[in-house]
Amino acid sequence: MRPLFRAIKWGIGGYLLGAVAAWVMAGASGPLNGPIEVTVGFIAGLIGWIFGIGGWNNWGREWFGLPPKDDGKDDWRRYFRFNTDHKVVGVQYLVAFIAVMGIGGIMAMLMRLELARAGTDFMSEETYNKVMSMHGILMVAVAVAGILGSFGNYLIPLMIGAQDMAFPRLNALSFWLIPPVAVALLSAPLLGSFEAGWTAYPPLSVLAPGDGQLLFNMGVIAFGLSSILGGLNILTTVTTMRAPGMTWGRLPIFVWAGFSASLISVLFTQYFAATLVMIQLDRIAGTAFFDAKAGGGTLLYEHLFWFYSHPAVYIMVLPAFGVSLEIITHFSRKPLFAYKAVVGAFLTIVGLSGIVWAHHMFTSGMANYFHAPFMALTEAISIPTGVVFLAAIGTMWKGRIWFTAPMIMATGWVFNFMIGGITGIFHADVATDLQLHDTYFVVAHFHFTIIGGSIMGLLGGTFYWFPKITGRMYNERLGKIFALWVTIGLNVVFLPMFWVGVNGMNRRVAVYPADLQRVNEFISAAAFLLGAGFLLFIGNLLWSAVKGPKASDNPWNASTLEWSVSSPPPHHNFPLLPEVVGHPYEYGRPGARHAVLSTTGATHG
Amino acid sequence: MAAVTLEAAHSRAELLHQPRSNKLGLWIFMASETFLFSALISARFITSGVQKPEDLNQALAFGLTCVLLVSSISAYLAEAFIATGHRRAFLAATRVTIVFGLIFIGGVMFEWREALHNFPPGTIYGTAFFSLIGLHAFHVLTGVLGLAVVLNLGALGHFGPSNSWPVEGVVKYWHFVDLMWVIIYPALYLF
Repeated sequence: MRPLFRAIKWGIGGYLLGAVAAWVMAGASGPLNGPIEVTVGFIAGLIGWIFGIGGWNNWGREWFGLPPKDDGKDDWRRYFRFNTDHKVVGVQYLVAFIAVMGIGGIMAMLMRLELARAGTDFMSEETYNKVMSMHGILMVAVAVAGILGSFGNYLIPLMIGAQDMAFPRLNALSFWLIPPVAVALLSAPLLGSFEAGWTAYPPLSVLAPGDGQLLFNMGVIAFGLSSILGGLNILTTVTTMRAPGMTWGRLPIFVWAGFSASLISVLFTQYFAATLVMIQLDRIAGTAFFDAKAGGGTLLYEHLFWFYSHPAVYIMVLPAFGVSLEIITHFSRKPLFAYKAVVGAFLTIVGLSGIVWAHHMFTSGMANYFHAPFMALTEAISIPTGVVFLAAIGTMWKGRIWFTAPMIMATGWVFNFMIGGITGIFHADVATDLQLHDTYFVVAHFHFTIIGGSIMGLLGGTFYWFPKITGRMYNERLGKIFALWVTIGLNVVFLPMFWVGVNGMNRRVAVYPADLQRVNEFISAAAFLLGAGFLLFIGNLLWSAVKGPKASDNPWNASTLEWSVSSPPPHHNFPLLPEVVGHPYEYGRPGARHAVLSTTGATHG
Repeated sequence: MAAVTLEAAHSRAELLHQPRSNKLGLWIFMASETFLFSALISARFITSGVQKPEDLNQALAFGLTCVLLVSSISAYLAEAFIATGHRRAFLAATRVTIVFGLIFIGGVMFEWREALHNFPPGTIYGTAFFSLIGLHAFHVLTGVLGLAVVLNLGALGHFGPSNSWPVEGVVKYWHFVDLMWVIIYPALYLF
């Protein structure tokens, strides 16, 4: 644990040093927690933290010609230090983001408590804004990095037959950037919190009195850096580290999904960072990006922001597509239907994702001639997405379906994400979007896509790979109950939101017309039940990780490479080097093999 | 016996793929950085079009552009020298490149002193000017630090013809930062 304590010390020390230095340079007169002091302090603190946790031992010493130093043994403490094993990083991500999801979930419960009544009974409108903003950014973070960080890191090297990621140290760095982000976001209330939502639209994000917005900006920029480095690592790993015989056409579909999502995160994340830098500069340096008086404007923000944030929804759902298709093909005992078309669909989604952003802005006042092309392009995305659905259904068709907890999650993903997808067309269509914009219809739509699409993939994948990661089996009965609970509960909570949305309930505000109160009471009650269901999930996993029955190496009798090694896998993944000889999903074809393991001749090309 | 063969195979695999990975990783990183620069460059055109103030220091900016372009040549020479085993020439070329980089940063600081009076950040051109040049100067600074690290390691004898990747990587990054300036310079001074 020593590196962790050192990192905390250096982080706090760095913050104080940076803040005081900025304070002195600014004339040593204002408060010590002024905007510039906080900004410089955060940057210095972040550097201190990274150097303390392992940056110095892994890179800093090398820069000065000293040999790198590894701290600590490979016992349980490896999860609490800078560890370059991709499996450790994957577990760190998984545990951290399930915890973040818990905090975001508590925020959601607080919001539903307030919304159970039409007026402001439980919290003020301002407090509601802050709780809503915190819920938004935490859950967006879970959706963006939850699957890619955990299963992406844990499984991609295993699935392609590699010993580790291409850049193991960078991989550890991308995880250890996350704790300072969490600290920044969760300590923002000390400086007056942030209340402009996760979208941080100016002018509110520039003018709001709370300096918590500064911590939001810096934290999310650091999170973006982590996501860029993670994506870069996955792209490079998949390109250069595949085992002999693992051609692009033989990659498991989850690897393709992670690869596609990484393409988006590497390129587009910079735009969110850039917009937040602009807000930060407007707040601390007096620039005029979003100051209409001086000639700036908020339309600039919306364009740049959505240029990242629309592609970002595909960073959230593409990995879940991959997880769900993996689960569906293994538990249908059939080859994945239309593998090549699915890969093509993933890449088409990546391509289209960058040219649809302005469908978020039909009511923003941008030029009218933008409307029709962005409507058409957005609706075109339903074609590749439809291909993914057809592949899922075609794989199950006449398969020998084995309804385990992950399979229930994956079929629930098909159903729920489809509702999210179909209601998306109402927003892509200009005429209906003008009516529905900023109502609960939108809230219901994106919760169906993000919970139904991304989070259900995360939950399903957690069950599916739990025996591989922990070496123990979860409780199947409780798992099935939870999977059904989420699949059905999602509909009970969010279907009525379409109705209240159409009837004029605005999103993002604590009050609504009194005649919608009965439905909202129902939604709140259902939301509490859905939230409580997650205790079942946490309890099941915690108990099973310690006391669950030992799992065999391949409890699902699945064919991909991660199941060919022990549970949990050994340090360098493959005691025998794999050579890939066939497609990954040859279920039901006599004599077909995905890979053979041998000691001789195998090198990476 | 099997374990020994395996270890050997592992390290052989490492040797084979690591240079490819490093190169690809750097190119992906530069592609990503291009998006960051493009965001701020498009912000310049969206907010202020091609308007620019009269009192821009054109002579200084032109001079700094030349300094940066020439530094790319010396950086290239540093890379070529170490790849062919001319260690002393490599060290000299790297030093020259660092000096050019520092001249550029010094020039920017000098220019900013004037600019803060003529078109402060609160004006719409000043917004684009300070954010874009600030972002770029930060990248120049990281490039100088990278060059300083390879200079130090090179002086300690770490690099040679078969082991020149860190130099190559830093120099490629330096070229990239130069290339960004070639786009920023006309966007702010010439249009």
